[in-house]
Amino acid sequence: MKWITSMAMFLLFGSFFFLGSCQQNQEQSAAADDSSTAQSVETKGQSAVQDPDSKPNILQIAQGSKDHTTLVAAVQAAGLEDVLVNAGPLTVFAPNNEAFAKLPEGTLETLTKPENKATLARIIKYHASPGKYTTDMLKDGMRLFQASGHYVKVERKDDGVYVDGAKILGTVEASNGIVHVVDKVMLPPEE
Amino acid sequence: MKNLFFKGFLLLPLFAVGLFLTGCGNSQGGDSGKTTGGALASNVAEQVYVAPGEYDEFYAFFSGGFSGQVTVHGLPSGRLFKTIPVFSVDAEKAYGFNEETKPMLMTSHGFIPWDDSHHPELSQTNGETDGRWLFINANNTPRVARIDLSEFETVEIIEIPNSGGNHSSPFTTMNTEYVVAGTRFGVPYPQQDVAINEYADKFKATLSFIKVDPETGKMSIAFQVLLPAFDFDLAHSGKGDSHGWMFFSSYNTEEKHTLLEVEASQNDKDYIAAINWKKAEEYVKQGKFHEVSARYAHNFYDEETQQATSEMLNTVKVLIPEECPGLVYFLPTPKSPHGVDVDPTGEYIVGNGKLSANLTVHSFSKMLKAIENKAFETTIDGVPVLKFEEVVAGTVKDAGLGPLHTEFDGKGYAYTSFFISSEVVKWKLGTWEVADRAPTYYSIGHLMIPGGDSHKPQGKYLVAMNKITKDRYLPTGPELCHSAQLYDISGDKMKLLLDFPTMGEPHYAQGISADRIIPRQKKFYKLEENKHPHRTMGEKDARVERNGKEVHVYMTTIRSHFAPDNIEGIKVGDKVYFHVTNLEQDWDVPHGFAILGARTSELLVMPGQTETLVWEPKAEGVYPFYCTDFCSALHQEMQGYVRVSGSNANTPLKWSLGSNEEE
Repeated sequence: MKWITSMAMFLLFGSFFFLGSCQQNQEQSAAADDSSTAQSVETKGQSAVQDPDSKPNILQIAQGSKDHTTLVAAVQAAGLEDVLVNAGPLTVFAPNNEAFAKLPEGTLETLTKPENKATLARIIKYHASPGKYTTDMLKDGMRLFQASGHYVKVERKDDGVYVDGAKILGTVEASNGIVHVVDKVMLPPEE
Repeated sequence: MKNLFFKGFLLLPLFAVGLFLTGCGNSQGGDSGKTTGGALASNVAEQVYVAPGEYDEFYAFFSGGFSGQVTVHGLPSGRLFKTIPVFSVDAEKAYGFNEETKPMLMTSHGFIPWDDSHHPELSQTNGETDGRWLFINANNTPRVARIDLSEFETVEIIEIPNSGGNHSSPFTTMNTEYVVAGTRFGVPYPQQDVAINEYADKFKATLSFIKVDPETGKMSIAFQVLLPAFDFDLAHSGKGDSHGWMFFSSYNTEEKHTLLEVEASQNDKDYIAAINWKKAEEYVKQGKFHEVSARYAHNFYDEETQQATSEMLNTVKVLIPEECPGLVYFLPTPKSPHGVDVDPTGEYIVGNGKLSANLTVHSFSKMLKAIENKAFETTIDGVPVLKFEEVVAGTVKDAGLGPLHTEFDGKGYAYTSFFISSEVVKWKLGTWEVADRAPTYYSIGHLMIPGGDSHKPQGKYLVAMNKITKDRYLPTGPELCHSAQLYDISGDKMKLLLDFPTMGEPHYAQGISADRIIPRQKKFYKLEENKHPHRTMGEKDARVERNGKEVHVYMTTIRSHFAPDNIEGIKVGDKVYFHVTNLEQDWDVPHGFAILGARTSELLVMPGQTETLVWEPKAEGVYPFYCTDFCSALHQEMQGYVRVSGSNANTPLKWSLGSNEEE
């Protein structure tokens, strides 16, 4: 048993020795070259891809619209930019600035606080359906499954198509889906 | 429990020692070249490490050899980006399988699904690689292909008549005025039924000059130079003062036709043929050519119609040296030269005599003087043979064994690969002194420095392409990948940085800084520019048309469905053409198409493109089709059905998308 202990001590000592010499070498090489493979790599999401040539995606359409500055700010606050440039296909019901203005005073300020990021994300996801639903495909009484996990109801009325009570004001085709501009912020049921 | 803990404690330092032993091992490579890690290795690692999301500094285009293709890697990482199908069918991309690309592989012998691709060559402007096109030769059924580097696709293939084994090809002139195609095998001229032992009399060799249109890149054979049936091996163009000349190496000047291993090594010297192509142009203009009948295919992929067409051509212009003084000279070069490599200034012509212990370097200016002074040893079939002493500039003595190829760094040094002694040797132009040598693992063939055969090399890295791999990687049974090795050549001494596997057997590669390629890149094809005769410009135009037993399905794809996706009224015995147009106009969103029982490959349709798959169902039933490329979150939903009825059935032809009505 005793030899095992001394062997262990030797190995321990040995490993420190190698540790020491190695660190020294690494320091030297770091001094010789500023760049280091050990540096963590900063990765950017798909929303950072530079591509002015392709047909615009949902995020780019929202960003290009004067009427959707609030929505874009909310998407950014919720950290959902990458989702809206993903291959999709997604259908997004995009409340315009007027729709956001109809919310009770202070609601948006509260939601965009960092501690409410998850709640805000849930609300935005409540505006998106996996799949590409053109207006023609939105039939009266149809249920749409939203990215938040809820179902919303489609109604066809005399004056237009409504989704969860929000009226579709206009539609823009995106490379990765479709954007229906709506007049109301849709709010998921309380959890 | 206690015992276990104790054991674990014991194992920990053991493990640590092992780790650091390897971690700190001697990483200078030593004789084995196996860098075992540690601080020095991490320093080397930094030189080849391309962080996630970062780009490589260089593109490298490797020939696939017996794969028939070209692969695109990044340097210094060695990462593989793409295989470009050229001379072999590629089921992944439907190349040679879909109706659009089948004509690319037509030859005077019919459709050929394979060839042996050897030497990629980048187009040049003013002697500098310009990133427009990549040319590559087919060795077996002589052809030259052109790849468009805005899309990394093969767009043109021309067959070479009066040739067999198109090996000394497709090296370019300084402004891509020509790419060349010299025959390796002597062949009867004209091709005929003749006894093989009449080789020396009836067989000839041709060196073809393929004109490249400066705007479109379109190729045409301008002329062929008829020479004795030597085996022409490689070529390189003059540059600077020697612009206007092309140099071809040869062996088997003995003109033997059997056991060349022995018979073709008898002569002390073979020849480098120097062709004055500007003179050739004058002779062609003067009409001093013979219009010879020949059958060869010219295949061109039209980007507008997105279809290849194959045209059979019938004549070629041949120049005969006896009738064209000053067109060709032979430079005697010791012992079966393989590569012939011209330095960036254009003054030195290196003959890599593969059976010689020394490297012979000729001088272009001495060659001109020798021509002026008529310093001829003899004349062969009207070609003056210049006196060796009058043209030789110097000799690199005892450099290594089995020299094959030489490239240049643009800083006055040459780098030669030695197959037998398995090494790269760096030597100085002018003094002919060996400056450094680095072992390769194992048995190097070609080597490549980006721009290293041009007027202006980008001499930062050198890539060795090794023929023997053995124990360099995890074993994969008897067949091993070929191995490339990357060396840093920015300093006085070459430094081995990296091993990386390659596809097929790279016989050569070309490198170019990425900034010359990136700005030309296409992200997708514009739908409004799609002039395919069977395009479908929107879902509203999706339809099925019957014309006798031929059925044409005009189908579209967009995330995440086909239009139409339900088709009925197809009958056994029909020939069904699926013309699939990808309506996407977004970067990197191809859609695939495959249908059960189709005796061909899938389609892989790029955004804005139309491709056609032919399906001939043999039995009644309902057959699914689907998208083969994971295109979107609902990719797995991207599917459809075709109903096939009996040949005499009355099932009406109909098609739909999103219709759930029952009959």
